[in-house]
Amino acid sequence: MTALEQANQLKAKFGDLISEPTGVHGEIAVQLADAERIGDVCAFAKTELGFDYLVDISSLDNYGEDPRWTVVYHLRGLANRCELRLTTSVSEEKSELPTITSVWRTANWHEREIYDMMGIRFRGHPDLRRILMWEGYPYFPLRKDFPLGGKPSELPEVAFSKAAPMEGGPFVTIPGGKDAVEREPRVRTPEN
Amino acid sequence: MQKWSEIGYDSKIEGDVIVTRIDAALNWFRKNSLWPMPMGLACCAIELMAAGASRFDISRFGSEVMRFSPRQSDVMIVAGTVTYKMATAVKRIYDQMSEPKWVIAMGACASTGGMYRSYAVLQGVDHILPVDIYVAGCPPRPEALLDALLKLQNKVQHEPFLETLKKA
Repeated sequence: MTALEQANQLKAKFGDLISEPTGVHGEIAVQLADAERIGDVCAFAKTELGFDYLVDISSLDNYGEDPRWTVVYHLRGLANRCELRLTTSVSEEKSELPTITSVWRTANWHEREIYDMMGIRFRGHPDLRRILMWEGYPYFPLRKDFPLGGKPSELPEVAFSKAAPMEGGPFVTIPGGKDAVEREPRVRTPEN
Repeated sequence: MQKWSEIGYDSKIEGDVIVTRIDAALNWFRKNSLWPMPMGLACCAIELMAAGASRFDISRFGSEVMRFSPRQSDVMIVAGTVTYKMATAVKRIYDQMSEPKWVIAMGACASTGGMYRSYAVLQGVDHILPVDIYVAGCPPRPEALLDALLKLQNKVQHEPFLETLKKA
């Protein structure tokens, strides 16, 4: 069974909740219209379609658009060797969706990382704490409106942070430059 | 024995007696057995381990006794990226080291934050500790660390130890 067939099975089961499968490079992705149903969809994908391995959960910040967040679930069936990407949108006002830790236990840390970096909460998560930054850090660093150099914060006896000096940066390289001068790190904005 | 040595000794003239100043002697004892506190936080720690292993052999300079207890250490070698999350722990370990104590910032990250102009990384361990020697490199080769150790030994040898003791 290919990933496309499985995506169609998912669509047959959940109807309008699941979008038409789209794909690039042979990778199949479907969008889930209602993030609240993610638990049902994932449980079906695991038990009926054989997606026994949750590779990763990632999140996107579509800053300036509504809904702001996209959460992406990367599923893989180890036996039938196919992958499926399941995406769903969450609005900024809500910033919350149900946990899927009851389906795949590995979702625990993935969801904690998204909570830590992006500030999206997972309802029903058994232990929703920060995983990389320290508990009490007031910001979510992977958001698009968070500066690269960071912001100052202070939590006595635990940790502090300061804004890093950017000195006009960030300085980035571009691939494929003809010579070293063209490739060297420079300030690159869409204008120059 | 070279002429400039502060503990110069010529057995033909002085017999079995060595004449020196007490702080020169004490500093000489100290500088030749600086016990490091290996604060290995990133890839620099691999080079630190290489410096301790047979090929580079830091024990030639009396610093082979890597103590994982700060209370038994003289010099903290901060080898690697100090994140803000780790900074408090590094400071606490430094505070637990008994005086006199020194700090070597090994590598670009420990010295300045290195390539991590980032929200998560302390931009140089000198924001929280008094650093004696900075070592350039990403990571520095073991020779560079040994050179830093020799420079630190030179610094220790010339410290006005007795004067600070009198003041205290």
